[in-house]
Formats: sequence, C-alpha cells, structure tokens
Amino acid sequence: MLMRRLFITLCVLGSFNSMANSRIIATGGATSIEGSAGGGIVPWAVINSYASSDEWGATAFVSQVGVNDFTLKVLGASASYDNRWEWSIARQTFKLDSIGGELRQDIVGVKYHVAGELLYTTLPQLSVGLHYKKHRDFALPQAVGARDDSGVDLYFAASKVLFDHLAGRNVLLNGTLRATKANQTGLLGFGSASDNDYHLVFEGSAAVLLNYNVAIGIEFKQKPDALDFATEQHWRDVFVAWFINKQVSVVAGYADLGSIAGFTEQQGYYLSIEGAW
Amino acid sequence: MRQFISVFLVVMLIGCSQAPKPTLYQQLGGEPGIAAITDGLLLAIEQDERIVHHFADTDIERFRRLLAEQLCQLSGGPCEYTGGTMQQSHTGFNITLADYDALVENLINVMQQQNIAISAQNALLALLAPMYKDITYR
Repeated sequence: MLMRRLFITLCVLGSFNSMANSRIIATGGATSIEGSAGGGIVPWAVINSYASSDEWGATAFVSQVGVNDFTLKVLGASASYDNRWEWSIARQTFKLDSIGGELRQDIVGVKYHVAGELLYTTLPQLSVGLHYKKHRDFALPQAVGARDDSGVDLYFAASKVLFDHLAGRNVLLNGTLRATKANQTGLLGFGSASDNDYHLVFEGSAAVLLNYNVAIGIEFKQKPDALDFATEQHWRDVFVAWFINKQVSVVAGYADLGSIAGFTEQQGYYLSIEGAW
Repeated sequence: MRQFISVFLVVMLIGCSQAPKPTLYQQLGGEPGIAAITDGLLLAIEQDERIVHHFADTDIERFRRLLAEQLCQLSGGPCEYTGGTMQQSHTGFNITLADYDALVENLINVMQQQNIAISAQNALLALLAPMYKDITYR
C-alpha cells in the first residue's frame, strides 16, 4: 500500500516541469538505511535528489547489509522540494539468518534544511530531521525487553564540502547529533523496562571526492545500550560511492555493526543502489 | 576495522608528496586556457535554457572580457579585473540557488572538456564558490 502510494506520487512528480535537477552531481549524497539522504548509516544535512531552489526531486533506493548472522534489506523512497524539504519512507526487513525469522520496521522521515549551503557558504549546511519508526514484528523485541514498538528519533546535522582540501580533492564532512530511544536503530524496539530516556548520540562521516563521480569515506554511529539482555555497540563503515550520473548511484561498503542480540563481531558488506529524478 | 582505516588514510595521503605545483593560472592553461574556459562557458550558457534568460540584455563581448580578467586575476595571473563588484553587477537579476548551481555545473563541464586537472578545477571552484553570497538573491 505504502509502495503503491509512493509510485503514484513519483508519477505525479515526474510530470512537473520544475524537476530540473540543477544541483551538482553527488551533492544529494546516498540514502541511509533509514531512508534519509546521507551516508550508509548516518543522515546528513543534505537533501535527497538534485532538486535546487524551487525544484522538485525524488529518489528510490534499495540497500542490503549482510553481516555474519543477520541480513538487513531496505526499500524506500523520498520526495524533496526547494533543496529545503525532504520526505522519506523506508521499509526495513531484518533477517535473523542464524536464529530464523525476520523483523520488519517502517520509517517515515522528514528533514528541513535550515541554513547554509553545502558548497557555497562558510556556514555548513544545517538541517533538522525526524524519523518516526514503527516496528511490525514486535513480539521478539518485546520478549527480549523492549518497551515500545514505535519511537521518534530527532536529529540535527551539519554538512560541508571543503574544496581542494586534501591532495587537491574536495572533502565532505558531516556531523549529526541524534536523540533516540531506539535499540539497534529500532530493529529491537524502543527503550526498555529500566531505560525509557532519550539518549543523545553522535554520528559522523568523512568522505574524499576523488573526482565528481567517485567518493570514498568512513562513518561512525554512536548507539545507546538500553536493553539488558545483550550489549549494543557503535557502528562503523567504510564505503565507495559511485555517482554514475544524476540518475543512478551505487554505494559499496564494509560495515562493522559490533554485537547484535548476543551475536558478537557482526561484520560484512553494505550495498546500495539509488535512482534519482 | 583498523586495517580499513589504515588503507583509507594511505589512499588519502597519496599525492601529498609531489613536487611544488605550477600556479593555478598556469594549470588552467594561462591566457589561452582561460580564454577557452570563458568561451566554453559562454557557449554553455547560450545553450542552457535554465539560465540563458538572465543574459538577454548582457553585452556579451564586455562580459567575456571581464570574466576572463576575473578568472585570470583570481588564479594568480598577470591581469587586473576592471569590472564592478559581484554585488553591483548582479543586483536586480534575482539569481537563485538553482541558477548558481546551473552555472557551476556548466563551468565544471567546460573544465572537464578541456581536461583541466581535477585539483586545478577544485582550486578554482574554491575561489568562486564563496561569491555565492554576493551574487544570489539580489
């Protein structure tokens, strides 16, 4: 249902003349596993697609993260307007490869670009955003101690491209502060019997643009550790992003997700394909 | 994880050990190089329906001369820019972010066509990008 509504929206958007996609290639970033423009695991201040002022844009993406005992599949899309607003939806399916079964979570996101321009102002591009997350298979998270099947993450992100910064290459830096109750980003529900507080966590990304189309980068994502049954650890990844053109981009990476639900040292590939209009 | 970060750092450091570079002006091809960039950009603007209307009343020969002067001076060449400030020359045009993006994209395409080194392209963009605040929404 969600998907059908989305495709109708995309078709309507496709008929607009204002989809000129004027922004410079790669400035829409990739799409994070939560559906927001960003890196692989961190939402950035950039707005999805290449819509510049007074223009509409849209993206759709599919991502997969495969670590030792789990596989995360994400399908989602976004619309954006004026390089100012971004609305996104994503469906996550977290396959429990070793235990059996799967957990699904839906994420609706909105982001507002408050100030600054990624490329053109000394002030970094600043955005605020939120993710409303709704778990669809809450029985297991509840059984291991999660309090709620839904939650809202709030974040503030700052992104800046520094021209000619490292060996003549442009560098992108991003820092994100997030308030969250999510356990394993919500895949294991929200809060616990003993911890229903919001946690303030830091997420960061750094990337070097080797040319206009290829970037290599690293990411770090701090996470709370609210559930008592198993330790939760911070996430990290390294990635290569290839912006083939303004319509198609591919990201491949290697992710270290630490310990998840008692399974330690979860590491593996990250792959994402995005289409933009 | 540590080895990935090491590989990343090594990749980032490649190129730091090169000999002193020629000036940006030289890297852009000196006077003929900047003339080619200027002409290429004018041609691109002419074919870009997003922004060409802003140049409807522009004296193209004068614009071409001033743009070449400006690029030459900015990049450290032996020229003096004789035009007005960016604020003065763009007031009343209401140049938007989309217009600015379009112009930067055209400039990038022209520099790519002329096989200018990516580091020189980035160095020029670093000099031009801050003009955004003086050029747009005036």
